[in-house]
Formats: sequence, structure tokens, C-alpha cells
Amino acid sequence: MNVLDGNALAGDLAEIFAVDVTAARFVCAGCGHADAVATLQLFGHAPASVGRCPECTDVVIRLVRADDRVFLDMRGTVRLELPMSGS
Amino acid sequence: MGIISRGFGGRRRESVPGLPPGQYLTYDFPVLSAGPTPRIPLDRWRFTLTTETGAQKSWNWQEFTSLKTEDISTDIHCVTKWSKLGTSWRGVSLDTLFEDVETAADYTMVHSFGGYTTNVPLEDLLDGKAWIAFKFDGEDLDPEHGGPARMLIPHLYFWKSAKWVNGLQMMHDDEPGFWEAAGYHMYGDPWREQRYQGD
Repeated sequence: MNVLDGNALAGDLAEIFAVDVTAARFVCAGCGHADAVATLQLFGHAPASVGRCPECTDVVIRLVRADDRVFLDMRGTVRLELPMSGS
Repeated sequence: MGIISRGFGGRRRESVPGLPPGQYLTYDFPVLSAGPTPRIPLDRWRFTLTTETGAQKSWNWQEFTSLKTEDISTDIHCVTKWSKLGTSWRGVSLDTLFEDVETAADYTMVHSFGGYTTNVPLEDLLDGKAWIAFKFDGEDLDPEHGGPARMLIPHLYFWKSAKWVNGLQMMHDDEPGFWEAAGYHMYGDPWREQRYQGD
């Protein structure tokens, strides 16, 4: 299976958040590694995606897309650091 | 004149016997995975059944494959909407593994190498409804499809048929596994289209 990176989450996340979350920095709950969401190792196909920490492979983000809903499970993320414009 | 000619509607999906609602037929075997494929040497393989009291039964690969096996022909249904009819497996029935196991718990959590989990009620594992399969189409099960051994619970969506299975924990309460915690349905009956929470 081809392993994508977190850039492939951009479309799904753009529907949920007003900012580009792939540019945000996550902190992995497993190992503390911090980097851009775009660097996550991405597994799975629609309707579900698993973003894993590139350092320890723990699950950082799970995104499940139902027909009329999206579930975003971020318990593997200690925090997200979001770049804001205009400051 | 319309651009779509009459009679080009295709067969209604519901007209295919054995196909649950919302599913389409596939003839290959798609690989869906939530993480890297673990490669488990057979001399490191072990399956452990743990009851709610902590009592354990465990089998290594030689012990496991010495148990009574069954050949299973069954349809499988993935929540991503593909179904594959008439698949052929060989495995050990969960009825065999549960012989002599005393438990008062109604639920189980299936565990896999690599950390995957999925919850299944005990009654859905017994009475000829579930197996641990180690052969597909007469061949050893490929790692991509869950080899050396995977759960086979064909009456539920296939995410319940955990790949690379290595254990089963009895539970008094139904707790969500890997996908159930992220929004998938707790039970997953394809005939009732129980794909996601609230379905």
C-alpha cells in the first residue's frame, strides 16, 4: 500500500476548519514529537483516515467520513498550534 | 431527446442475492489498513484468551494449528461498501477456543499485533459464527490480509474481522475499539447498515 503524508488530509480538514490545519503543528501524545500535520504518515482510504506520528507511529488523528457527518478523533494529539494571519 | 437511454439503469443493487443494502460487488480483495503491516514470525505468534477474572488460555502457532480446523465458505462485507461473495477460508472456530473457558462476561475486545482493537459481543463469536482464519483460497494468509491469522466474523462488517489477531479479552461492559471510538458503529450489522454511530 502506498503511504501518503498528512498533506492528503487537506481537503477533508478544509471542510471542517477555517484555517489550513495541515500547516498546524501537532504534539504527539505518545512521544511528544512536534511537527506539521502535513508530515503525519497517512493510512487508510476513504471513508476513514489514520494519521500516525512519523517518529513513533502512534495514532495522532483519526478521521471517519460518514455520508452526512465527519468524525475527527484527535486524542493522540496533545495540542495543535495554529498559525494565524494578521498578527 | 434525453442523453440517457432507457434500460441503461444497470441492475438494482438490491437485486443481487446476498448483497446487503448500500454494498457493491467486488471480485478482487481490497487491502485496507490503519497502520503499517506487521510481519510476525510464526515462532513469535501467540494467541491469548483472557477472561474477566484474569484467567488465561494461550496457544502458540503449533498448538493453534493442531486444533480442529474448519473450511468456511462465506460472503464478506466491508464498511467501505465492497462485498465479496463466496470467499473460502480455513480456520479454527471460536467455539473450539472457548471450550472449557468459564466466563460470565457478555462482551469481548479483540486485540491485534500492531495495537488494533475491535469490540464484539460474545454471542457473535459462538455457535459457528466466528473463526480465527489462517488460510484464504487454500493458501497461507498474506500479511496484507492479516496473516499469519485474522479474525473472521462474516455476519458483521469486516472491520470487526481483525487482522493479525493475537488476543481476546472478556469484558462485562461493551467498550469501543479502535474504529468504534472514532465514530464507527459499536455493532456493525451490514444488513441494517450499521456503519457509523447513530445508524
